[in-house]
Amino acid sequence: MNETKKASREPLFHVVKHAERSAKQMILFRLAAVLFSILAGGVFILLIGYNPIAVYGTILEGAFRSKMAFQATLKFTIPLCICALGVTLAFKMKFWNIGGEGQLIMGAVFATFFALKFPHWNHWVLIACMMVAGIIGGGLWGLIAALFKIRWGTNETLLTLMLNYIALHLVSYLQAGPWRDPAANGFSKIARFDKNAALDKVLGIHFGWIIMLVLVAVIWVYLRRSKQGYEISVVGESQDTARYAGINVKKVILRTMFLSGAIAGLAGVCQAAGSDMTLSMGVAGGVGFTAIIVAWLCHLNPGMILVVSFLFGILQKGSSVVQSTYGLSADSAAVLQGVILFFILGSEFFVRYAFVGRRKAKKEGAN
Amino acid sequence: MSQQNSAIRCSSITKTFGSVVANDSIELEVSYGEILALLGENGSGKTTLMNMISGIYHPDEGQIYVGGEPVSITSPMDAQNLGIGMIHQHFKLVEVFSAMENIVLGTPGRLKSRRAMKQEVLDLCKNYGLEIDPEKRVYEMSVSEKQTVEILKVLYRGAKILILDEPTAVLTPQETDKLFNILRQMKQQGCAIIIITHKLGEVLDISDRVTILRKGKSVGSVETAQVDAAKLTELMVGHKVSLAIERPEPVDAHTILKVVDLTVAKPDGSKGLEDVNFRIRSGQILGVAGVAGSGQKELCEAIAGLIPAQKGAVLYKKENILGKTPDEIIDLGISMSFVPEDRLGMGLVAGMGMTDNMLLKSYRSGKGPLVDRAPARDLAKRLMKELSIVTPGIETPVRLMSGGNVQKVLLGREIESNPNLLITAYPVRGLDINSSYLIYDLLNKQKQKGVAVVFIGEDLDVLLELCDRILVLCHGRVTGIVDAKTTTKEEIGLMMTGEMSAEEKEKEAAEA
Amino acid sequence: MDMFIKFLVAAIGAGTPLLFGTVGEILNEKVGHLNLGVEGMMAIGACAGFMGGYFSDSFLVALLAAFFAGMLAALIYAVLTVTFMADQNVAGLTMTIFGVGISNFIGVLMITRSETGTLKLPENVTAQMRGVHIPLLSDLSVVGELLFQYTPFVYLGIAVAAVCGFYLYKTKTGLNVQAIGENPGAADAASIPVTRWKYFNILLGGGICGIGGAYCGMIINGGVWISNSVNGLGWIAVALVIFAAWKPHMAILGSFVFGALRVLKFYKVGFMAGWPDAFFDVLPFLITALVLIVTSMRGSKGVHIPASLGVNYFREER
Repeated sequence: MNETKKASREPLFHVVKHAERSAKQMILFRLAAVLFSILAGGVFILLIGYNPIAVYGTILEGAFRSKMAFQATLKFTIPLCICALGVTLAFKMKFWNIGGEGQLIMGAVFATFFALKFPHWNHWVLIACMMVAGIIGGGLWGLIAALFKIRWGTNETLLTLMLNYIALHLVSYLQAGPWRDPAANGFSKIARFDKNAALDKVLGIHFGWIIMLVLVAVIWVYLRRSKQGYEISVVGESQDTARYAGINVKKVILRTMFLSGAIAGLAGVCQAAGSDMTLSMGVAGGVGFTAIIVAWLCHLNPGMILVVSFLFGILQKGSSVVQSTYGLSADSAAVLQGVILFFILGSEFFVRYAFVGRRKAKKEGAN
Repeated sequence: MSQQNSAIRCSSITKTFGSVVANDSIELEVSYGEILALLGENGSGKTTLMNMISGIYHPDEGQIYVGGEPVSITSPMDAQNLGIGMIHQHFKLVEVFSAMENIVLGTPGRLKSRRAMKQEVLDLCKNYGLEIDPEKRVYEMSVSEKQTVEILKVLYRGAKILILDEPTAVLTPQETDKLFNILRQMKQQGCAIIIITHKLGEVLDISDRVTILRKGKSVGSVETAQVDAAKLTELMVGHKVSLAIERPEPVDAHTILKVVDLTVAKPDGSKGLEDVNFRIRSGQILGVAGVAGSGQKELCEAIAGLIPAQKGAVLYKKENILGKTPDEIIDLGISMSFVPEDRLGMGLVAGMGMTDNMLLKSYRSGKGPLVDRAPARDLAKRLMKELSIVTPGIETPVRLMSGGNVQKVLLGREIESNPNLLITAYPVRGLDINSSYLIYDLLNKQKQKGVAVVFIGEDLDVLLELCDRILVLCHGRVTGIVDAKTTTKEEIGLMMTGEMSAEEKEKEAAEA
Repeated sequence: MDMFIKFLVAAIGAGTPLLFGTVGEILNEKVGHLNLGVEGMMAIGACAGFMGGYFSDSFLVALLAAFFAGMLAALIYAVLTVTFMADQNVAGLTMTIFGVGISNFIGVLMITRSETGTLKLPENVTAQMRGVHIPLLSDLSVVGELLFQYTPFVYLGIAVAAVCGFYLYKTKTGLNVQAIGENPGAADAASIPVTRWKYFNILLGGGICGIGGAYCGMIINGGVWISNSVNGLGWIAVALVIFAAWKPHMAILGSFVFGALRVLKFYKVGFMAGWPDAFFDVLPFLITALVLIVTSMRGSKGVHIPASLGVNYFREER
């Protein structure tokens, strides 16, 4: 057959699906990925002329060196962990809520309303109102994307993304206009909250950490043991199956997105009334985005989310110490996070797939 | 066969997916000017083998020869260059593109003007006696039009070796005849054709030779002229099979559901069902025949209350159950079970284990916000034993189980709820013969318990042997309800295409 | 009138980084990859462009540096999502976190190492990146101002969009590439090298985003390095892709409309005087959200999102 050409050579390698790996192997893969990323980060630090071991040491030391340092580490951990728990609910339903940032902001905005307008209410009434307001603010913001999703199938990834910025600019409007602090010499900023509107401290840190721990447990039970959690899993796996089982898919999507946003809203309350003591454009500061990564990284496991959020807290706090010690920008935290994640994203592949190299061409005569 | 005339030869091809051996040292040969049927049960590795010839998969071991030369086919591009074209069971077309855009896709050369492209396609159609509107978008096409586009794609590339994966599954008998004529014409022109099918009649009709696969292994090739259906089945299954299906006499048959003027719209707005009237009787199996997409899915889902009806009613003792929730229907004294066509995408949660799948319909029971998994676990264990379900454990995701076991899990759960009405859509699709017979037995047992069974099927032989009555659907309309014992395959075939016999028309007029 | 011309000129300037980002993202999305890393790739381009210009004293080198840095960042994304089949959302977000981080980090590092404590582009580069001057044409009143006095970025951006539009909609390769974004399985079966073109588009898109970043790093702050110069423009670009209905020539229009929205607050007409700045800042996002919703309401009859967007392709999936 003269028209049949000889085919091109076999590729160097090709990808095949791997049989499921054991949990132990998967943990090993991840640890290897983290190790590689720390090595890669080290090489980078070396390249810009610093001693990687010293810099890494400073990060660890910086996060734990004093009681205050440790408290600061936790202050980074709390909103991140709570927000990650929030997006976990949506992700379990395969609803790509990229709007943690905006939901967190709206939670903070709603709570700030009470902190600014009613600073002299009874302390516990005020705090309770702020919490509820935060839950409602974040929840409603989450609900918007869900409503359009169930009605018209609007792409939730992109819509929640837009809602982040709409929330952010709402803060910028509030601080330049209605809620502007007249005592700020013409700066556009919102006044510090009255002490009465501050979250109480327990063991030296605002009680957001208790909310965080309770939520970890509650979300774990909710997802693994509750009827609603079961519904979320079914809807996430297949909406047809959910329909078949008589689950009201629209109701589940609305309810879950409200809860998802509400929890992110709580994170906003903790940040505004626990750490910042005011509302600013930086109230979320990317936490909503990092939370998505944390949730994904932990395979939506609440316990792991707590651990990883804490590790990210260490990185955040430690890098601010690196900044003051070495004059290196605190952006190093973001860089390291990025590198670690790139490696872990890569390692996921080897959990599920494998490369198979080109085998030796078999010498087989044509009869 | 002379050496020069050999189009494709596969020599000890092996392919594994994870831990599953899909192909195990398979041998196959086809010559130019020959039609080879590749016969095998579902899961015997036919499609895997063909995907390796067309460059979608890559063999782990073994060698493929094209025209006697050893070749390595690592991509569809390689396959195309070797003159191999494949028409997949699930069409590989870009929905938003027009027919002609799909046809020229991926071919070398510059993009031609619309007019030139159109002319080229029309010329090609004329050469082979095919018909298509080159400007029509794929999402507006019928199944057979899509298949025409797939064939044109292959012809446009000048393929001399054609592989068709179950091409008749979605066609009416008439369309099948037309396709076979085209294939014969291509054979005359010297093409080598491999047709994958498990319909024995078609194998005997179209092929020159048959190669049979069983459980991933090739068990031999025979000249079509020298075999009959029974012999082919024996080769396919590995032992002599009595193809007879039991049909116990109906017990206490009385109408439990009456479907009146049921009209249902498809999601795209077109009619899914139109003025459908029939009765479902207890202790009987009612078969539903029809070309795929004639309204079977809508029929099941409307009765099961999963989709709304535009018009009509489903009466249980004069009470309309349409629009009622499953709980309300149970309160009326009828419990319904539905085994949908898409087992992993609708009947079960693919990523969950048996336990959680048992919960699917019962998780609401019990007080409080938490789910009680203990009864589900017991049920899962019991089903595993009773139906001899093969799985590493009751928590292993069901998507990792074989098709037969998945169906046992689903059917087992549905039967467990003691229904009076059991609706099953294509319950044996994708199952091997042994599993299929097990399912028939399970359905017969239900029938003998007095359950009304609705059996949506595709294999007319099975419908005729298993069911008591057969309802035939065509384009969403009932074209006949016949007694399975007295009717013939040909009669049903005619009704499937909408050509009712005069007698039937009278009958319907009388009923109305 | 004079004010209006100034407004148009400012709008086109403000729209230019968006144009690069949008075209880059269109190339990504056309092969089915929703790349949320535009912000990060632009930030990397900003840093690479600025540093390229700072050290080489050449505008061309700055552009090339930004292009290749953007491409390198896109390569990471492509390896992760195409070859390693990692989740696109997470990979994109990570790229944004990483890109913004490393861009700011290197900027600060360079500032601390400079003698003056600031980084300023050399005169030679700023001269080249400022408005072009074509004898006669640029001197025309109104027409000259409106058409012939922009920074080279503007002309480059329009040219890039035009070329990409031609590539996607008028060539065989473009047809093949669109098929990949719609149904990679069908494209693969039609013997289109799916992986190769995914890499090509993602890398090219990354490079184009990088140039858009260079505009931010070099022009927005007048040739002085300031952290966070991209400041959310990458996200607007992701939004603009929807507004532009995945068409590069629509991206030209969309970018300049959005550019106008961004500068509108500096050119308030009488009745807008009392409107808060934040309202103008939020307009691009608000309008995109509305476009998104209206698009979904109209269903498939309206704008068509590439069908495989966000889903990775594994040939041997069963």
